[in-house]
Amino acid sequence: MVNLTINGKLVSVPEGSTILEAAQKLNINIPTLCYCAKLGNGVCNRPASCRICVVEVERRRNLAPACATPVMEGMVVHTNTQRALNARRTVLELLLSDHPKDCLVCPKNQDCELQKLASEFGIREIEYKGETNKFQIDDSSEAIVRDLSKCIMCRRCENVCNNVQTVGALTGFGRGFSAKVGTAWLTPLANTSCTYCGQCVNACPVGAITGVSYVKKVWAAINNPAKTVIVQTAPAVRVAIGQEFGFESGVPVTKKLVAGLRALGFDKVFDTNFSADLTIIEEGYEIIERIKSGKNLPILTSCCPGWINFIEHHFPDLLNIPSSCKSPQQMFGAIAKTYYAEKLGIKPEDLVVVSIMPCQAKKYEASLPEYAPNGVRDVDYVVTTRELVRMFKEAGVNLSNMEDEEFDSPLGYSTGAGDIFGVTGGVLEAACRSIHWALTGEELEGDAINFRAVRGLDGVKEALVKLSPEVTINVAVCSGLGNARKVLEMVRKDPNRFQAIEIMACPGGCINGGGQPYLHGDYGLLEKRMKGLYQEDEGKPIRCSHNNPDIKKLYEEFLEKPGSELAHKLLHTTYHQK
Amino acid sequence: MGCDKLSEAAAAKFAELDAFIDGFGINRDDPRRSGRLIQVLHRAQKIFGYLPDVVQKHVAGKMFLPTSKVAGVVSFYNYFSTEPKGKYCIDVCLGTACYVKGSEKVLSEIERVLGVKADTCPTEDGLFSISALRCVGACGLAPVMVVNGKVYGKVTPAKAVEIINEYKQRG
Repeated sequence: MVNLTINGKLVSVPEGSTILEAAQKLNINIPTLCYCAKLGNGVCNRPASCRICVVEVERRRNLAPACATPVMEGMVVHTNTQRALNARRTVLELLLSDHPKDCLVCPKNQDCELQKLASEFGIREIEYKGETNKFQIDDSSEAIVRDLSKCIMCRRCENVCNNVQTVGALTGFGRGFSAKVGTAWLTPLANTSCTYCGQCVNACPVGAITGVSYVKKVWAAINNPAKTVIVQTAPAVRVAIGQEFGFESGVPVTKKLVAGLRALGFDKVFDTNFSADLTIIEEGYEIIERIKSGKNLPILTSCCPGWINFIEHHFPDLLNIPSSCKSPQQMFGAIAKTYYAEKLGIKPEDLVVVSIMPCQAKKYEASLPEYAPNGVRDVDYVVTTRELVRMFKEAGVNLSNMEDEEFDSPLGYSTGAGDIFGVTGGVLEAACRSIHWALTGEELEGDAINFRAVRGLDGVKEALVKLSPEVTINVAVCSGLGNARKVLEMVRKDPNRFQAIEIMACPGGCINGGGQPYLHGDYGLLEKRMKGLYQEDEGKPIRCSHNNPDIKKLYEEFLEKPGSELAHKLLHTTYHQK
Repeated sequence: MGCDKLSEAAAAKFAELDAFIDGFGINRDDPRRSGRLIQVLHRAQKIFGYLPDVVQKHVAGKMFLPTSKVAGVVSFYNYFSTEPKGKYCIDVCLGTACYVKGSEKVLSEIERVLGVKADTCPTEDGLFSISALRCVGACGLAPVMVVNGKVYGKVTPAKAVEIINEYKQRG
């Protein structure tokens, strides 16, 4: 342990700690900006480039950046001397002198760490006038917008893109005043290996990286009397949105959310959990077939479009092994525009399907040409959890004042297996529950329904799972694309090690998706959101997808049987090298 | 990159570069591979004369690195050029001593005579390209210009033109 004094208070911290960490132990606040303790997967961002966290250290000539200065025995630190405060103010004013300052119309208004600092420092005037960087906004993709004129060069996005996700789309480019964090040669994002996982969107402290918004189009559809507008909401949304309306973090607010969506004017409120159950039926049968035939193993889950983009870019030699199932979002869209539109007796183009997703990649996925038969998209618009919060606030809908309401029928009923799709391990657990039944004809009783070995927020999990007395498979569950890369390299080396692998692009799964309310560094929120999803699961009377009565009805009335010709046409897809 | 053209001998150049990279025996798990990058880029620039996008992409693929990483490194170091160079590279020092002694006038005269700007494409005949650099460590000779490594001291705009004409005659 190392002993030091900060602002006159003694503190002991382990060797290798920073001044910032020591100060945190004393509850002494030192402002930070480029620093981010956890970008996911244990990666910390501390380039010490912004210098907002400078402090005075006795017998040291220069001010020290607290985030990157290791503590030393007997060190005497002062965090708020006039010299330190003046330096921080200068740093902040210099940053602001090359910043657009259009906060009122910025998508990050009130979620911006630079704005918060300017407010806390009471900046009223910026002394420094001079050249400012001007960049064209990159809105080349369907999912992510980059406005580099707002970039403060904290390098968080570059760090998360390269070291957490190992996607390698972003880099520091150029040097000096004209340096920026961008793609190679500042190529438009749509032409790079970006997977649209959106972790850079979550990491960005300012408004330099945000999501493409379809909110205006959704309002226009809702207010168009010629259109029937239905909405589906992903599992991870219900355990994340509550915190924005004063609910305890991670507590599921499903029924309030349903009421809120209805209050916005959606004609029907449905659940992506329903199509998650459908995914399990289709994918479950695929898994059983592949295990029986021993071909194209290990089977990889395919619910996550960020992850699918990743394998299409980086592992083209493995494109025969992901499940051919579309994601639950796209399954929902395909069923809505056929089965449900027929039921309503309307044309698919008069039915507007809106998705509420925790994700940026879903926006890209919904825009793919293969998901628009005859030019009519299966999913018309994707709105993230964050954007839905804004829609609620704009419309004066406060979830905390809503009465509980239920999802509509026939695409709204789901089992507990659908709920857990939103967290790492959930998809595989949901599949195992139904595969067990398909192989043995018996329902799982008591605690056997909980496949605890695949649960938890660890980046890579490996477990033996008993699917029947005869069949035991070795599975891997990983979240975060860097972990996916590790596991896929294992598959390249030893294709027989695993029989099934679940992969989600975001560390922790959809609960940490690129469209979720910002964590602002509080990774404990993920644990709470995860608990919330398992709580939803346990609260459901039916917890296995194959027992969902509306799914059974869908097969009886429409799809015939799992893997049928129609099911293949509507619910399965193919993958291509990018 | 209007002047980004690879010569027909490109295939041989790529083969030479590949042989150099293969000499390191890099595989995709090798943690040292990004440490080799600058060395490889130096060699690539020596072989190609500059580092156009295709060469950067090629290096990235061979070294199992993201293209963005290679592009980032190339963009950071002034030494690396993404534009082709002329047969004769003229460097004019704009370091403090040379600048005070009027090297900026020398540079603008060279730019005027050759009809190209510093740090852009070479002249149309491919003979000359101009770069501005900072201090070659010969401040006593300021202002200084360097042609393919040969240093000329106490240069005036008129003397610079004479030097250029010499090289022009050599062709």
